[in-house]
This record gives sequence, C-alpha cells and structure tokens, in this order.
Amino acid sequence: MNRNIQLPITEEDALSLNAGDYVYLSGIIYTARDAAHARMSEALDQGQELPFEIKGSAVYYMGPSPAREGRVIGSAGPTTASRMDKYTPRLLDKGLKAMVGKGRRSQAVIDAVVRDHAVYFAAVGGAGALLSKCITKAEVIAYDDLGTEAIRRLEIRDFPAIVVIDTKGNNLYDIAAEKYCVSEE
Amino acid sequence: MRTVQVSEISDKIKEMCVRANHYLAADMEQALRQSAKEEQSPLGRQILEQLQENLRIAGEDQIPICQDTGMAVVFLEIGQEVQLIGGYLEDAVNEGVRRGYTEGYLRKSVVKDPILRENTKDNTPAVIHTRIVKGDKVRILVAPKGFGSENMSRIFMLKPAEGLDGVREAVLTAVRDAGPNACPPFVVGVGIGGDFEKCALLAKQALTREAGSHSEIPYVKELEEELLTKINHLGIGPGGLGGTVTALAVNVNTYPTHIAGLPVAVNMCCHVNRHAECTI
Repeated sequence: MNRNIQLPITEEDALSLNAGDYVYLSGIIYTARDAAHARMSEALDQGQELPFEIKGSAVYYMGPSPAREGRVIGSAGPTTASRMDKYTPRLLDKGLKAMVGKGRRSQAVIDAVVRDHAVYFAAVGGAGALLSKCITKAEVIAYDDLGTEAIRRLEIRDFPAIVVIDTKGNNLYDIAAEKYCVSEE
Repeated sequence: MRTVQVSEISDKIKEMCVRANHYLAADMEQALRQSAKEEQSPLGRQILEQLQENLRIAGEDQIPICQDTGMAVVFLEIGQEVQLIGGYLEDAVNEGVRRGYTEGYLRKSVVKDPILRENTKDNTPAVIHTRIVKGDKVRILVAPKGFGSENMSRIFMLKPAEGLDGVREAVLTAVRDAGPNACPPFVVGVGIGGDFEKCALLAKQALTREAGSHSEIPYVKELEEELLTKINHLGIGPGGLGGTVTALAVNVNTYPTHIAGLPVAVNMCCHVNRHAECTI
C-alpha cells in the first residue's frame, strides 16, 4: 500500500515509516546541495538565522536545469546525498526532519536520524524529467548567486520516494542487495 | 588539403550538446528496455519502467533526461589533411558548448577553480581530447558526463602478476563501492594498459562504444561478458534498491603498457550514457 505523506512531516508520520516503504510526498520542501549547505553551516557558526525555518522542515538535495518559459522548473532529479553528510547531523539536531536524495549516508547521519526521529528518502536517480512534473511551484529564497545551487522553496505533489533510512536506523541499501546477491563460490 | 571553418564545429557541438541531453542513442534505449523485461525484482522493474517513462517525457517535453547535464567531454579526430580556419579550434569548441548549454536550457555545472569554485555560468570549459588522424574529415563526439557516476570512478595501478584476476577484482570493487551513488543500472567503461592517464582515457572511450558491442580480442570479449554477469550477481539492482540488473553493459578497451605495469581504470556511468557524434 503506497502512502501519501505530507511535508513538513509530522513526528507521528516519521515514526510510522519503515525502510522500504514506497510513498508519495506532497507539500513544502527546500532544495539545498553542497554550496548552500556550506553557507548554512557558516551561518550557524556566525549565530545567524538560516534562510528557512529548519525545525520540522524537509530538504531535497537537488540542483535543477533551467526552466523553459512558462514552466515551473527544469529537470529536477536527486543528487548524491553523501556529499552533504558533513553538514547533516547538525541540521538534524536543529530540527531538520526529512531529506530526499539518493545514495548512501554516513554512520553519523544515520545516528542523527535515529536520535532526532528523522527520515531519509530516496528519489529515483536519473528520473529528472519525470520528477519535475511533481513540482507545482518553485521559487528561489536564498543564495540566488549560486544559480542551480540556490535554495529554492518547492511545492510538490505526489512525488514518488522510498524510505531508505527510517527512525529506527534500518537502512534499505544494506538490506536490499542481500536478496539478489548471487554467491560466486 | 581541405579547409573547415571552425564555426561549423561550434554549430555542430551546440546541436549535439542539446540532442545528447534529451535523447539517448538507440543502443542505450534498447538496453534499458531489455533490462526491464529481465529484472526479477518488482521494485527494480518499477524503477526501470519509470526510467523509460522519463526518457519519453524528456524527448516529448524537451526536458533534460537528467538535471545533471554534465561537464562536456568532447572527442575530436582531425584528419591531417584538414586546415582549420576562422578561429582557434578550442575556442570554437567552447563556443559550441556555451551556446548549447545556454540556448538549450541545460544546467551550468562547471566551476572555474576546483578549490575556489565560482560557477563559470556557461558550462565551459569543456574537457577536450584531440587526435590527428589520417584523411580529410573532422569527427566530433560529444559525451556530456554527469558527476554522480564520475565521482565513483577509480584507477588501480596493479602489478603485472595480479593479472586478469586482479582486473576483475578491481572492477568489482569499483562497482561495489559505487552502489546506489552512481544511479544503477550502470554502464561500466574499463581501460586496461597504457599509462596513468591513458588508462583513464581508454575507460572514458569505452563508455562511448555501443552497448552490447564487444571487443574483437577474444579474451577481452570474454572478460566483458563475465564482468557483466558478475556485476549483476552483486544484487545492487536499479537505484541500488536490490535486483538482478545492476549493469546494462561492460566495455573494455586495452592498450600496450609498461613491463612493470598493469593500469586498470573503471569509468562508471549511469544509464544516462550520453553521446552524440557527427563527421564534417
């Protein structure tokens, strides 16, 4: 049964999700990748406000291609999340509740996901055109000079995603390959 | 002696940058279609079908297949009887990339300095490989390379004694370590031989070979087939979420090397293996 999950995600929803659950995400999510994370980290170091309310928020690791006239956004698939691992535990401790990306996360991120009751979702890597159709609104809210790496506030509807790391610390990438791994011995 | 205006090279490169980012070559589309039929995991099959749907949307609605429209890698083969006129070749190549990425709504993903990291805003410069060949033609191949997969690529300087076993182990290590990060299903380009940088170049060139094509050298063809099977046995699957299709193709290119060396390069690519070519 594929669930509809509203973003920002509630504590109740986060706790109820399990690694392997296929969901459709709707609501508000903020894009941020390498450069934006570096700036946000520096902002926290300087005691400054972050560009959006971090508590309860969702982040999509994504830098879009430019939108043609009349379109909301260009191609918009996930980027490799592990590049943001360095910055993530701190953001999770500050209240970041959901992350959408692709690829493995570090143990430090997994530990923070568990202690902060957050969820890490994977979107299908390489499906940028298809995923762009699930974005109904996009506006740059910070770091405009970063171009594709600016922070964008997105409104998404029925965006397909899979729970990779749940609040219990289960990791789909660890579990999934075992079933189809053929021993060479 | 034949003259070629470099502006013609710019025009062709512009067109190919845009085309390569909206349409996969027939061999890649076919490989993806075939894989969806073979995949045993229901979730894996669903993902492969979504990837095919994605290709359809990309072509029809003119949205790039992947938002990472890549760093432009351009291979040029210039016939030695050609005289290039109207400007400097490399400027013309970059002009083609600039126009393709700007007018074609492609992402600007290049920074001027690897540490200072200011975006160049036009996806230049390209990575350019130029060879002088016999004849009077100019052959151009544009292969935009995304960095999700590029970041998972590896070079191993093996000892000759490690032999074919060592090569196999190196490729499987690179693929295992890549896992979900390089967006499986993969196309794996392998270079064996040469020196440090030649080896890597062999691997990148291997990616531009047709999926399903094989080396003419019997043991290399066998290696390509064997590696594809072994990689699929890893169970990584589409999106790294488990399955029987982890790679669509493994292409191996070889070159003479030093008596003390066995360089092996593994250039990872995802299923969005983009290349467009033309001959002037």
